[in-house]
Amino acid sequence: MASYSTSEFKGGLKFMMDGDPCSIIENEFVKPGKGQAFNRVKIRNLKTGRVLEKTFKSGESVEAADVHETDMQYLYNDGEFWHFMDPESFEQVGADKAAVAESAKWLKEQDSCMVTLWNGSPIIIEPPKFVVLNVTDTDPGLKGDTSGSGGKPATLETGAVVRVPLFVQIGEAIKVDTRSGEYVSRAKED
Amino acid sequence: MSPAPRKTDNLMTQSDTWRPSVSLEMIQARAEMLSRIRGFFGQVGVLEVETPICSRFATTDPAIESFATRYTGPAAAQGTDFYLHTSPEFPMKRLLAAGSGAIYQICKVFRNGELGRRHNPEFTLLEWYRPGFDHIQLMDEVASLVNQLIDTPLQVEQLTYAEAFKHTLALDPHTENIENLRHCAIEQGVPGADELNLESRDGWLDLLLSHLIEPQLGKSGMTFLYDYPVSQAALARVREGDPPVAERFELYLSGVELANGFHELTDGQEQLQRFKADNRHRQQSQQSHMPMDESLIEALDAGMPSCAGVALGLDRLLMVLTGINDIRQVLAFDISRA
Repeated sequence: MASYSTSEFKGGLKFMMDGDPCSIIENEFVKPGKGQAFNRVKIRNLKTGRVLEKTFKSGESVEAADVHETDMQYLYNDGEFWHFMDPESFEQVGADKAAVAESAKWLKEQDSCMVTLWNGSPIIIEPPKFVVLNVTDTDPGLKGDTSGSGGKPATLETGAVVRVPLFVQIGEAIKVDTRSGEYVSRAKED
Repeated sequence: MSPAPRKTDNLMTQSDTWRPSVSLEMIQARAEMLSRIRGFFGQVGVLEVETPICSRFATTDPAIESFATRYTGPAAAQGTDFYLHTSPEFPMKRLLAAGSGAIYQICKVFRNGELGRRHNPEFTLLEWYRPGFDHIQLMDEVASLVNQLIDTPLQVEQLTYAEAFKHTLALDPHTENIENLRHCAIEQGVPGADELNLESRDGWLDLLLSHLIEPQLGKSGMTFLYDYPVSQAALARVREGDPPVAERFELYLSGVELANGFHELTDGQEQLQRFKADNRHRQQSQQSHMPMDESLIEALDAGMPSCAGVALGLDRLLMVLTGINDIRQVLAFDISRA
């Protein structure tokens, strides 16, 4: 298995720690003028999402993690797994609930997602930054109010609930920012 | 059409690498700092000198790695190895032994393997030597110099290395065994301390100092740590006592280590033994054997006046004076643009 020395540490480097794949968020080189050098790193555990810190003695090595990110198309959910397909190789993978987590509510069939694979299995699913989804339920709201002030909750086809302006009606398609979970605009129908 | 950029590892990440990594204001602040430093030494009568950057000899200190280069040509047809200095200490001591009197130098020094928020492999040192001073007197002069560079004088605090450890961690750095130092690091929550494999007491002391004590030092002014464990004497004189201590000091400002000074060792044979011990330590940890400065030993044997000396990192001083926390922002061209 490949390994990395602390000299190779930098943001985004993926390695194994306590059996889990991790990614370096921040790496700080700490060295007294006439003493032992250390690397103080902030790490994200890619399986749990938890952020932690760890100090390494400079010069030590860590085991590389076979982790890479790739764009895949979301196909369908079979009740247990969410299935994704590599658009070039047509290879399919199934992601479990832990990997999909909060992203589930933004997943629309055919949309392209960023899938993080560890040893070939998906561990993180990131939805597109913006998704277009149909409103399946919302209060009729005030007719004629086009100011967008106030707003109301609307349920979308994927089950997500977002605040929308009063003029948005059932059956309309809206654009949502998945990072903030906020309404952006009405989507133009094709 | 411009040639394709050369790709050299991952240092080169920005596209605008021809541009300085520093603002014009910072270039001016550096010039002002250098001018005030030269003014200070002019006033107190310390002579500015220059010594070789490139030397046949190198530091043996296991914690410092030299860059190596090679000269080939007249007087060395087959080529001779040279090293870029990591500090001008050795040749400056040869000047002292030759009767120079008090001297200072502002120069670029080079340390391999050191790159980070507070490290650039090439950086600027101010180093000076004061015959007749001990480390306590030199600490006072360091404080005067720093205060000369700023508008409002800073408070000065002096703490022994032992006091700093006792106040912050309630342990004695001179006597505590390795297991207790390790236990302290774990208990104090240094992340990953339980898995760290540090062979020596000094390794653990360095961990505790850099992670737990340093960030607290020099918060409201200058803090000097002095009287170090004998195992960290480097080139300092050892004062007998209970415990014996190395007459060494460091200056911290805003949690940043700025300077390291010694009441200098003048005993040539003791120096020789320390160089040899360094090289043995290097051999054990698979580091390369370094050619010790035999000229320094000869100079000490010939007689160097009793003196104190200090090296102060000017890039870091400029960082602290201007409130910058990334060394790249005080260098015209950091290593990725060099």
